[in-house]
Amino acid sequence: MSEQLTTVDGRPLKAALASAERSKRIRAVLLVMPLFIFIFFSFLYPIALMLYRSVENPLIAQHMPETVAVLEDWDGNEVPGEEAFAALAKDLVVARESREIGKVATRLNFETPGLRSVITGSARSAGKWEPPYKEKFIDRRKEWGELATWATIKRLSPTITSVNYLAAVDRQYSVDGEIQMIGEDYQIYVDLFLRTLWMSVVVTVSCLILGFPIAYMLASLPLRHSNLLMILVLLPFWTSLLVRTTSWIVLLQTQGVLNDIMVWTGIIDDAQRIQLIFNAQGTVIAMTQILLPFMVLPLYSVMKTIPPSYLRAAESLGAHRFLAFWRIYVPNTLPGVGAGCLLVFILAIGYYITPALVGGQDGQMISNMIAFHMQKSLNWGLAAALGGILLVGVIILYWLYNKLVGIDRLKLG
Amino acid sequence: MIARIRAAHRVTGMAQGGMTENNDPLVRFESVQKSYDGETLVVKDLNLDVARGEFLTMLGPSGSGKTTCLMMLAGFEPATHGEIYLDNAPINNVPPHKRGIGMVFQNYALFPHMTVAENLAFPLEVRKAPKSEIEARVKKALDMVQLGTFGNRRPAQLSGGQQQRVAVARALVFDPVLVLMDEPLGALDKQLREQMQYEIKHIHENLGVTVVYVTHDQSEALTMSNRVAVFNDGVIQQLAPPDVLYERPDNAFVAQFIGENNTLVGDIKEVNGDNVTVDVNGSIITALNVNTEGVGSKTTLSIRPERVAVNPSNEGDYQNVFKAKVEELIYLGDHIRTRASVCGDDEFVVKIANASALAAINEGTEVTFGWKAEDCRALDA
Repeated sequence: MSEQLTTVDGRPLKAALASAERSKRIRAVLLVMPLFIFIFFSFLYPIALMLYRSVENPLIAQHMPETVAVLEDWDGNEVPGEEAFAALAKDLVVARESREIGKVATRLNFETPGLRSVITGSARSAGKWEPPYKEKFIDRRKEWGELATWATIKRLSPTITSVNYLAAVDRQYSVDGEIQMIGEDYQIYVDLFLRTLWMSVVVTVSCLILGFPIAYMLASLPLRHSNLLMILVLLPFWTSLLVRTTSWIVLLQTQGVLNDIMVWTGIIDDAQRIQLIFNAQGTVIAMTQILLPFMVLPLYSVMKTIPPSYLRAAESLGAHRFLAFWRIYVPNTLPGVGAGCLLVFILAIGYYITPALVGGQDGQMISNMIAFHMQKSLNWGLAAALGGILLVGVIILYWLYNKLVGIDRLKLG
Repeated sequence: MIARIRAAHRVTGMAQGGMTENNDPLVRFESVQKSYDGETLVVKDLNLDVARGEFLTMLGPSGSGKTTCLMMLAGFEPATHGEIYLDNAPINNVPPHKRGIGMVFQNYALFPHMTVAENLAFPLEVRKAPKSEIEARVKKALDMVQLGTFGNRRPAQLSGGQQQRVAVARALVFDPVLVLMDEPLGALDKQLREQMQYEIKHIHENLGVTVVYVTHDQSEALTMSNRVAVFNDGVIQQLAPPDVLYERPDNAFVAQFIGENNTLVGDIKEVNGDNVTVDVNGSIITALNVNTEGVGSKTTLSIRPERVAVNPSNEGDYQNVFKAKVEELIYLGDHIRTRASVCGDDEFVVKIANASALAAINEGTEVTFGWKAEDCRALDA
C-alpha cells in the first residue's frame, strides 16, 4: 500500500474524507459543549482544586517569610540562634498588624496541638521587645526552647507539603524528619477508613441479599404486576432522604415502634430495650434501605434480558429447578450483580447524611469527618486529603471491576 | 436400556412409514384440555398417540394450541384436564427434569456463559455421569452435528445455523427417548432452514429417536414428518402422513392451510354415489363428496392449482370444463402463476409450467380450464 489513494480529481483521499466529515464533527462538538463546560466547572475543576488544596501550604511561607528564610539552613539538631528569633519577632509583629496571625497560629496548631496560644501570646509581646529576642521568647513560652516547635515551622515552610496526607493516615514527621505514627490517643482516621469500608461492605451485601429476590420477582412477574412493584421500589426515590432517615429513628429508637412491639409480645423485657439506632447497626439498616433501589434496578435490567427459556432448557436437560437457577440463571445475572454492588459500594463509602443523623458515636463514617474538617475545624487541607484518599479508593475499585468483569459489561438500566 | 428399546424400534418402526397402528405408543394424550384463564380453552379435548421412532409434527397457525401441547408434554404447563402418558406411565405429576425428554427451543436457549462443550456436558453432569463418559459423549455429539472443533467456543461466537446444531446435539446428548422441537428453525434464513430440515431428518433417521416437532411452516412439516397433526382453534383438524394431508384434506381449513389451493363456495344440488353436483354462482360443478351435509347444504370446493388443465386437447376426460379469463400473470421462473376468473371467482390460480407452449398466454385472453371430479373435493362450508 505504498501508493496513496486519491479522489477522482487528484486530492488525497484522507484529506477529502476529513473535509467531508468536518461539518458533522463541528456540529457534534458544539452539541456536547454545554455539557462539557458544565461538567468542567462543576465537577472536574472543583476536584482538581480539592486535590491541589490537599497538598498546598502557602500560609507559613507567606506570613513568616523571614523565619522561613533563616530556617532554610537550620540543621535541626539544636534550637536555632538569635538570628532566627529576630526573624520570628519581625514576622509575628507584621502578621499581627495585618491580622493574619490567627490563621498562622491555627495552621501550626493543626500540626502540633497547643501551638496556637504560643504563637498568639508571643506575637502580642513581641511588639514591645527589643533585641536580643531569644531569651525573651523562651521566657514567655518555654516551647520556643524546644526542637519540636521549630521543626514544625520548618516542616510547614515549603508551599507543597504531604503533611495532610500523613495526618489523614494517622502519621506525622518526627522531630528528626522520620515518618511515624502519631500518639495513640490521636489515631482516628485509619480506624475510621477501615470502619467505613467494613460498613460499606455490610450495606452492599445486605442490599444484594435483599435486592436479588425482589429483582427476580420483578423480572419474572407479568408486566402489570411488576409495574406496581416497581413503583414500590422507586417510592423511596420520591421521598426526601431526610424524611426516610428520620422515620428510621421513629421505628428503631429505644422507645420506638420496633422495641415497643418486642416488649409487647414479650420477646424482650421492658428493661432490656435494644439500642438499634444511633450506632453502627442503625446506620447500616437505614443505609441499606436507602441504597436498595440502586441494587434492584441494575439487577432487574439484567434479569429482564435473560430469556425464561434458559431455565426451561436446563430443566428439560435434567437439572432440578434450584440447580438450574444456580448454574444457569445466577451466572447470567453477574453483570447486574457487579454493577449493583459497585454502585451501592461507591455510594456507601461516601455517604454523609444518614450516618450523621443516625450514626451516633460508632456509626460515623469518613465523610462525616471530612464534613467536620470543612465546617468546624476549618482544616480544609486535611479534609481535602481525606477526600483525595476516598477518591483514589473509588478509582481503584472501578479499575478492579474493569479488570475482573469488564466495564463494558456494566449494565445500569 | 433405553438405547436398546430405541434400537429395537428403529428396526421395526421406521420402515413402515405410518405407524398409527402401533398398539404401544410412546406418548399418549388422553382427553387433554388446557385453559390459561378459566374462560377459554386453548386445547379442546386432545387425543393423540405418538408411535415410537415417529417424527410427528404439530402444524398450525399461531394461537392454535400446538405449542401449548408441546409445553404440557415437556412439563412446563400443567394440563387442566386429562392425562398424558409417556411409555404408558402417566406423567402429569412428574416434574420436567425427571421426564428425560430432550428439547430444542425456538431461540436455541444455549447457555451463553458456557462453552459449546460445557453446554453439551450439562445434561450429563446433572445426571452425575463419570468424567470420561461425559467427554466421550460430548465429542460424539459434536461430531454428529459436524462441529467437532467448536467445543471451546462460546455460543455467541457461532453462526445461527451452528447454534441450531449445538441445540440439537444438546437435546440428544443424554440419549432421550423423546425429543421435542419448538419451531427450532424459525430464526434461520430460507436456505439454511432447508438445509437444517434435511439434517434434522437424517439425525432422526440415524438415531431412531422419537421427535415431536412444532411449526407453523407447512413446507417444513411436509418435508420432515412421518405424520402431521394440523391444529386449529385448539383441535386437531386432521392427523395424517404429508401426502394424504396434501392430496386428501378432510376439511376446508386443512385444504387451505396446506399448500396452495383454490376454493369455490356453492350449494349442493344432487348427491349421486361418491360425487356431488354443486351450483357455484350458476355454474354446475361435479365434485368428490368428502365432507358435506347432503343436498341443500353449503360446501367449499377445493382444487389444487396443478390439477387444473389449461386449454385441454381432450376435453372429454374432464367432468368440469369452463371458460376462464386471464386476469394476471406472475412470472416465477420455473412456472407462471396465472390468476383467472372462472365460475364467478376471480381469485382462481393455476400454475403453468414455463416449458409448455401455453407459457405465451397473455393477460385478458380467454382460455379453457378443465379438472376432474376426483381432484375437486367437496368439503365443509
